[in-house]
Amino acid sequence: MTELWLIIAGMVLVTYSVRLSVIVLMRGQEMPPSLARALRFVPPAALSAIVFPELLTPGGALDLSPGNVRLIAGILAAIVAWTTRRTLLPIAAGMLALWLLQALG
Amino acid sequence: MRSSRDEFWAGVRAQLPILLGTSPFGMIYGIVAYDAGLPFSVAIAMSLIVFAGSSQFIAAQLFAGGTAGVVIVLTTFIVNLRHMLYSASVAPYIRHLSTGWKWLLAFLLTDEAYAVTISRYRQEPVEAARETMAHWYFLGAGLTLWVSWQISSAAGFILGAEIPASWSLDFTLPLTFIALLIPTLNDRPAILAALAAGAVAVLARGLPYNLGLSAAIVAGIGVGMLAERLQSPPRLAAHPTIERQP
Repeated sequence: MTELWLIIAGMVLVTYSVRLSVIVLMRGQEMPPSLARALRFVPPAALSAIVFPELLTPGGALDLSPGNVRLIAGILAAIVAWTTRRTLLPIAAGMLALWLLQALG
Repeated sequence: MRSSRDEFWAGVRAQLPILLGTSPFGMIYGIVAYDAGLPFSVAIAMSLIVFAGSSQFIAAQLFAGGTAGVVIVLTTFIVNLRHMLYSASVAPYIRHLSTGWKWLLAFLLTDEAYAVTISRYRQEPVEAARETMAHWYFLGAGLTLWVSWQISSAAGFILGAEIPASWSLDFTLPLTFIALLIPTLNDRPAILAALAAGAVAVLARGLPYNLGLSAAIVAGIGVGMLAERLQSPPRLAAHPTIERQP
C-alpha cells in the first residue's frame, strides 16, 4: 500500500514538473521566433500521433481493410468535424457509426 | 475586453462538448483501475492529483501486470513528455501572471484543456492576448475537465464490471482527439505535420515505453517547419516578378 502511494507521488512529480517546465523557466525573455514557429505544429502533430494508431492498428497490427470499423467510423467523424466545425457532433456521429457497423458486422 | 467572469464561463462552455468524449474515457480508466485491484482511494487520488488520462490508464494496466514502480513512473514521464511542448506553447501567454496562477494553470494543462485554450489565445497576437482576461478562460476550461474527470473515473470504478466491453466506450478517446485535431489543420504545413506524425506513430508503435508517441510528435513538427519553409521560400521576396507571371 505504501508502495502504491510512493508510485502515485512519483507520477505526480514527473507529470507536474513536465507541465510546469517551460512556464516556470520562461520569465522575462520573449520566445525565439524559430521556437514559436515550431510550437505552432504541436497541436496537429500531438493529436494525430494519438489518433492514427487508434484508427489504423485497432488490434495491434496495421489494418487498412474495409472491415476495420474503427477506421471507417473515425474517417466519418473527421468528415463531420471538417464540414460542421463542431466538437460534439463528430464524437456522437463516430460513436453511432461504430455501433452501427459493429451491429452489421 | 471581456470580464474575468465572462472569460471563465466561455472557457467552461468551450470545454463542455469535449466532455462527451473524455467522460466515457474517464469511466474506462475507473474500470481498468478496479480490474487492476487498486483501492478506491488510490484510483481516485490518481485522478485528483496526477490528472493525466492516458498515463493513468497505462499505470493502472502496469499495476495489474505487477510492473516495478520505477518503470511505472518512468513510463508516466515519457507518456507525458508532450506536455512540455504544451507548456512551451502557453508560456508566452501567461508569463506575466503571478506564480500562483502559473502553478495552477500548469496543473490543469492536459491535452484537451490545452487544445481548447490555445485556440482562444491564438485569436490575437501574444502581446494583445496578455492584456486580456484569457487566463480565466484557461482556468474555466481546465477546471471543467478536472471536475468531470473526477466524477467519471469514480463512476467507472463503482460501476466496474457492469459496463460491457462491447459498448466500445474506449473509442470516445480517439473521437475526441479527432474533434480537436481537425480545426488545427488550417493550412498545408499543418496538414503535413499531422500526416507525418500519424505515420511515424503507426510505424513506431512497437517501441518500448510509448516512445513512438514522442518520436511522432517531433517528426510532425519537423515536417511542418520544413513544409512552411518550402511553401514561402525567402528568395521569392527578392524576385517579386516571379509571382506576377500568369
